[in-house]
Amino acid sequence: MHPALSVIFFTTATGAGYGLLALLGVATAFGAIAPERGLGFVGLGLALALITAGLLSSTLHLGHPERAWRALSQWRSSWLSREGVMSVLTYIPAAIFGIGWVFLGRIDGFVAAAGVAAALGAAVTVFTTGMIYASLKPIAQWHSRFTVPGYLIFALMTGAVLLNALLRLFGEAAQAAGIVAALAIAVGWGWKIATWRYNDALSSETTLNSATGLSGGEIRSIEWPHTEENYVLKEMGYRIARKHAAKLRLFVHIFAFALPIVATLIALATGGVIGTFAAIVAVLAQAPGMLIERWLFFAEAKHAVTLYYGR
Amino acid sequence: MTSLPQETERKLGLVIDLDSCVGCQACVTSCKEWNTGGHMAPLTDVKPYGGGVDGVWFNRVHTYEHVGGERADNGGSRTVHFPRSCLHCENAACVTVCPTGASYKRSSDGIVLVDEDRCIGCELCSWACPYGAREFDTQVGVMKKCTLCIDRIYNDNLDEADRVPACVAACPTSARHFGDLGDPASPVSQLVAERDGVDLMPEMGYRPTNKYLPPRARNVEAEMPMLEPVAASGFLGWVDKVLSR
Repeated sequence: MHPALSVIFFTTATGAGYGLLALLGVATAFGAIAPERGLGFVGLGLALALITAGLLSSTLHLGHPERAWRALSQWRSSWLSREGVMSVLTYIPAAIFGIGWVFLGRIDGFVAAAGVAAALGAAVTVFTTGMIYASLKPIAQWHSRFTVPGYLIFALMTGAVLLNALLRLFGEAAQAAGIVAALAIAVGWGWKIATWRYNDALSSETTLNSATGLSGGEIRSIEWPHTEENYVLKEMGYRIARKHAAKLRLFVHIFAFALPIVATLIALATGGVIGTFAAIVAVLAQAPGMLIERWLFFAEAKHAVTLYYGR
Repeated sequence: MTSLPQETERKLGLVIDLDSCVGCQACVTSCKEWNTGGHMAPLTDVKPYGGGVDGVWFNRVHTYEHVGGERADNGGSRTVHFPRSCLHCENAACVTVCPTGASYKRSSDGIVLVDEDRCIGCELCSWACPYGAREFDTQVGVMKKCTLCIDRIYNDNLDEADRVPACVAACPTSARHFGDLGDPASPVSQLVAERDGVDLMPEMGYRPTNKYLPPRARNVEAEMPMLEPVAASGFLGWVDKVLSR
């Protein structure tokens, strides 16, 4: 599949934003975070900025962005529509939570309830994002049990790494956030390794035989219908050289998981200025790591239509 | 509404005979010619005169070599031309994934269409189609696809004989047939039954309406027989001896 930058940015940015929003909502509701207005402003501001920038980015690749509102109408059948509806709905409790925390300076009562509701909305929105990909049967690497949990785990992971850095910048107690971040990175790393193993061993039941209805024997494509790449090949026929994929996977191992987990553990062990610095390093390493992880998610996904082209 | 109809009154579709398709591309060009002025017009071309030619087509013909298949006897091979277009699936995921309601399947005849005025150009429907039937028009910003020539098959201004899709009308070998595949008594359904027509990628569960007729098995007796060894005696033996001098 063609790795479109707008969609890569959309899924990673909203993932981190919803992860941060959910953690802030749950943590404040259970009194794990002090109602510091500055932290509320910066933390919720960053979460909503990531979410909003991601959603705007996703509309950039549309042929008709001015009609994007129509995407809210088909939630009965379409996961993309459900994602649109959930992302809009989640703004409501997030706004109440933000106004209560930042302007009224309280995180109890209805504000806490709004925080929990925002966390639930964030989780459901990320779930619908994952389902968009997991529901596509022609792409075997996405139509697997790894896709939806992956989106949820990576949203929680990137959100926790952000929260850990934010709390330390504001001089708040961050041990719990650090532990959650370290655990989430470990789980995310394991999940990614398992996903890649599953994908590498994947053997599809769909072949050029079933695609053409010609049974038995071997089928070779000897002539394409066109001499240049058409829409189908540009969009669905993207291929990445195996040696490049191996290097990029190594990059993901190091930047998305290894460096962030080491930096987070250093932050947990040291605290203070060094701890804050380490927590920021984890954020700065994980951002490019997750962008490449998402780039590979698209680039390594093989669409069934490529069979018709002998690929 | 992007929910699929429970049942359609008719199941209009194509039956494509891979035995008689000669890969002449007449269906491809006549489709383009009709539809660039039809319901989904225009079928935009980008740089049509060279250097990155691209454009929207509803029908593409591939050519394959099928080696040692069930119907190619003696381990031989045969060339198979393979027209690929929208199969107007009963379980069309391209319709259900559409977030705006632009994609829909008609309950009257089962034809899958795009309402261009509602399409936001998110391209998700093209990802959901394993057959590569939908092509995005980068100039208009909407998805386009085969309409089964709804502007021909219901067109009272055409002679009744011409009320078939443009690709069917153009085929010089009658490799393309149009009709109601929901009616077991229709000529197309009988053709499918008679020739063991198949679904493409049945394992995907999309239940395509269009059927493909696999090439017929070759008649072994029709192959050139080996020359008999020349008799060593008798009259023919004498002729052989004379001619061999």
